[in-house]
Amino acid sequence: MRDFLRSNKREASAFVVLAGLLSLYLWSHPIGPTTYVMTIWANQCLILALAAMAQFFAVIVRGIDLSVGAVMALTNCIASYMVIGSGIEMAFGVVVVIAAGIGCGLLNGLLVVYGRIQPIVATLATASLFVGLALLLRPTPGGQIDYDLADAMTLDVLGMPTALIMTAAIILLIWVPLRRTGLGLGLYAVGSSEQAAFQSGMPVAKIKLASFAMGGFFAGLAGLYFSFVTTTGDAGIGPNFTLNSIAAVVLGGVALRGGIGTLTGAIAGAFILKTIGALMFFSGLPPLAQPFIEGLILAGAIAIGGADILRIKNRLEAFGR
Amino acid sequence: MKTTSPRVPSLDILVPYFGSVLLIVGGSFFFPQILGFAYLAQQLQIASFLGLLALGATLVILLGHIDLSVPWVLGGAAILSTSLAGSGDPALIALAIPAALIFGALVGVINGFGVAVLRIPSMVWTLAINAMLLGVAVLNTGGFNPKGEASTTMIWLATAKLAGIPVAFAVWMVFTLAMAVLLKKSGFGRYLSAIGYNEKATFLSGVSTPSVIFAAFAIAGVCSAMGGVLLAGYANQAYQSMGDPFLLPTIAAVVIGGTSILGGRGSLVGTVGGVLFITLLTSILSVMQISDAWRNIIFGVIIIAMLLLQTLRRKAA
Repeated sequence: MRDFLRSNKREASAFVVLAGLLSLYLWSHPIGPTTYVMTIWANQCLILALAAMAQFFAVIVRGIDLSVGAVMALTNCIASYMVIGSGIEMAFGVVVVIAAGIGCGLLNGLLVVYGRIQPIVATLATASLFVGLALLLRPTPGGQIDYDLADAMTLDVLGMPTALIMTAAIILLIWVPLRRTGLGLGLYAVGSSEQAAFQSGMPVAKIKLASFAMGGFFAGLAGLYFSFVTTTGDAGIGPNFTLNSIAAVVLGGVALRGGIGTLTGAIAGAFILKTIGALMFFSGLPPLAQPFIEGLILAGAIAIGGADILRIKNRLEAFGR
Repeated sequence: MKTTSPRVPSLDILVPYFGSVLLIVGGSFFFPQILGFAYLAQQLQIASFLGLLALGATLVILLGHIDLSVPWVLGGAAILSTSLAGSGDPALIALAIPAALIFGALVGVINGFGVAVLRIPSMVWTLAINAMLLGVAVLNTGGFNPKGEASTTMIWLATAKLAGIPVAFAVWMVFTLAMAVLLKKSGFGRYLSAIGYNEKATFLSGVSTPSVIFAAFAIAGVCSAMGGVLLAGYANQAYQSMGDPFLLPTIAAVVIGGTSILGGRGSLVGTVGGVLFITLLTSILSVMQISDAWRNIIFGVIIIAMLLLQTLRRKAA
């Protein structure tokens, strides 16, 4: 247990912070810790967490994805047309939405791997493309998602918020198995040193493509889940999610230079970020001061994460970071 | 490593200029007025806002960093200068522009502190600073459009014309020339690229890398603030989130101008070309009166095409 904690130091501290913030939130909430309050909180957190997972897969292979929000907007708009009707139609719609997400991720991956464009600029350009497509589908917000399905996804099962169950399912059914496969290991190898990975005979191009495709998959899921929460399609949701997803992965201990961090950490980071926002809402601070305090806490949290620089004995070590 | 002589402009730098000419010629088939002097002069005027931002961004990107606080440095400078200019006190009105520039430099120093001293990735640190600036602005203005107006100097700088040439364009060029001299004639320019290539090696050769990083971010802050002053003069007011639409075009302009996003390699001439290209592209797309959706799609596709072209050229070389 102690070894486990030591090797997952970043994630462990993120979870401690999250637990503290959550108790503070539930304590300060006027209604208190009811299922209703937990469900709303968890839904908001899961949207950002899915966006952060999408960002994680780009960052882990030393990339960055500025199109996360745009893919969410596009898939949200597709969902507002297709996730409605009979059961089969809805199932088909969900498949199309997720396939669209994977397609967007693959396009990013192709531009990065074969087009040799730096991820930050490639995804900047594709973001414009995806938002354009989303606007083509929904010039103004509208459309509808099947209410029964949306309710099933955003309420609770026996008092447990569905969003939390899904978060746990993603960690246990996707992340834990993936981490044990060659691909999971490859993600870290490519992120740590692409050259070393290549020279060890790893299929670097395939791993990067797969990573971006998985990023697209989660961005698609994020758009889909956003649709369940809002039950409408809106092409303008992107920009906030892109930037917050980056902040979330960093808060969760994922290094932007690649190769360090876990999906669980990214999820924790997203939950922390959203909980801070929710805390603000009931904190009694003047509403006008809240954006400033939020920014201050974000900067502070990141600065604390970087504070171990002060413990470095040899100044040269700082440059490897 | 391939060396590029600074004297001979490499083709990478010329690509955005070719692209701009192509846009003008192509656009003039559909809209003959594009070839008119008035239209082109107006484009130069509009380009100077983006140009000043991209100028600062080039410095930071040469370092191998990125500055995401551009939107609210711009917005903050605009709010500060318009509220000083709108105060009615002549002393404060005279202070409007210097105060805005000092504000930009201060934010730049804070950016530099996080990046150089705390060694936080610039992408996150400047993002957090941007969020805080937004917070300060909201706190100050109550979430409404700030009161105040541009001073006559600001309006003159942004909208006046001298012999048909917009003053804003002249301001942009003066800033660019000053920067070019600084980069070419002082050690600062060489240190900047050296850090972009390899910060550790630069530090080991005895360069005080933190001060270079501080200076670069501060200069970038001043450039963004100047962009804000001009934009406030142009609109004769400051408004919430006036800088947001500028962030991504700024980065796109720098990269299309042939500056490597990884740092170390790039040029101001290229950035000027990139700014002209992006401005013309945006303008022609809006002249064509196509929907927002198609404008976004075409914008994205053309930028991807330009970047792929760069890759192809580099492979051929």
